[in-house]
Amino acid sequence: MRKNLLLVLLLSAISATSFAQADSLMDLLNSGPVNKAEAVSATFKATRIINSSSVENLGAGVLDFRISHRFGRLNDGAQNFFGLDNATTRLGLDYGITKWLMIGLGHSTLNKEDDGFVKIKLLKQKIHGMPVTVSYAGAISVQTTPNPSVPAGDKWYFSNKLYYTNQVLIARKFGERVSVQVMPSIVHYNLVDSTKFSNNTIAIGIGGRIKVSKRIAVTGEYFYRATNADMYYPGGVAKTYNSFSIGADIETGGHVFQLMITNSPGMTERTVIGQTTDSWDKQELHFGFNISRVFTIVKPKEFR
Amino acid sequence: MRSIFLASAILVLASAQLSAQVYMTRTGKINFDATSKSSPEKIEAKNNEVACVLDTRTSDLRFQVLVKGFKFEKTLMEEHFNENYMESGKYPKAEFKGTIANAKDVNCSKDGTYSATVSGKLTIHGATNDVTVPGTITVKGSTLVLSAKFSVKLEDYKISVPSLVADKLAKVATVTVDADLSKK
Repeated sequence: MRKNLLLVLLLSAISATSFAQADSLMDLLNSGPVNKAEAVSATFKATRIINSSSVENLGAGVLDFRISHRFGRLNDGAQNFFGLDNATTRLGLDYGITKWLMIGLGHSTLNKEDDGFVKIKLLKQKIHGMPVTVSYAGAISVQTTPNPSVPAGDKWYFSNKLYYTNQVLIARKFGERVSVQVMPSIVHYNLVDSTKFSNNTIAIGIGGRIKVSKRIAVTGEYFYRATNADMYYPGGVAKTYNSFSIGADIETGGHVFQLMITNSPGMTERTVIGQTTDSWDKQELHFGFNISRVFTIVKPKEFR
Repeated sequence: MRSIFLASAILVLASAQLSAQVYMTRTGKINFDATSKSSPEKIEAKNNEVACVLDTRTSDLRFQVLVKGFKFEKTLMEEHFNENYMESGKYPKAEFKGTIANAKDVNCSKDGTYSATVSGKLTIHGATNDVTVPGTITVKGSTLVLSAKFSVKLEDYKISVPSLVADKLAKVATVTVDADLSKK
């Protein structure tokens, strides 16, 4: 009798399995290897937060033409059309070599600076697991303004005009709306005006964004200098300040417009972090914008 | 004791039979095209990582697609698709749960191409609708090739399109499915 009972139990177990079968088909699909959708995407809308690089990279084979403007000081008054009569410009070309590697070249009117940078994505935030995205950004720039006059017999070395920036970008997207990025940075100036100053400006930046709608986000960015906070602007005694910017990202079909108010008239890390000459306290603020237009140079493999 | 043997024999046989009628893939293909007449560029995407399973005994059919798996020619379009239209962070998967309505007409043990009608619930962007889709099943040895082409109305799945680009995007996307299932 007991054996029969066992048999019945087993049989009912079988029929239970085949019953559950219909619903377990979806479980079968769910049990597959967890794939790359786990990675958190679109931490920021663009490859820049405002002035600084974000952890976002261009897609592989994508070329980005960037036009950035920072107008004159808003407090210049109606005479200078609230700064809009003057502007510094940076024209840039960025290119995504792979999903995790991008390079860029730019020219700024301020100090006639030419810059080149590389950005490498090292770690990617995952829904389960890795809590942050980490990138490295390195830049080199050269000031191409005419050399100052030096005493006869002395030489003005080309290397005097070079600057280097190294940054680690650590970002986390908290839910759909809020993203925060921390940026330990070192800007190396090959030549500084006085032995009083260090050649390295060590700074920590913090940036972030809050999405207010699907297509509009409010952004902010601040760099605190741990060394060289009292460094003068090269060639004078003008004070420099920590850079602080607030902005908005507005997305339309093929572009992201970034509008901002900032105390930094320049757009490269070297000028933004270490050579910001204007101050929020004195209302020496600049209105500005970044426009980006992307072109697909190499199509993804699915479309070749 | 003998009954235990008998039972385990039945169990083994039954489970063997169960798995023998399940066909599956994780590399199915789904393409869609939402290009409208006034679109400035082609709006199309491909997903080659579609998971699909068919139980030929119950004719139950399941599809599962990761929205982020759709690849676009332009990465910016792909980002907008995920961020602004499909909200793939919130709704990572699209699913279909249904059955082959005319299962009797499909003989999975005989090579050939059979026309099949599939009906069930399609879930995209968190919204579920009842759908009936005509397609074909091609039997070739131990593989089944499922093919279908159907339309998805964006509005039905609460995918909102801003008025600024309303005429640049088709209101109905054409979806093509191709899944090569093999016996599991």
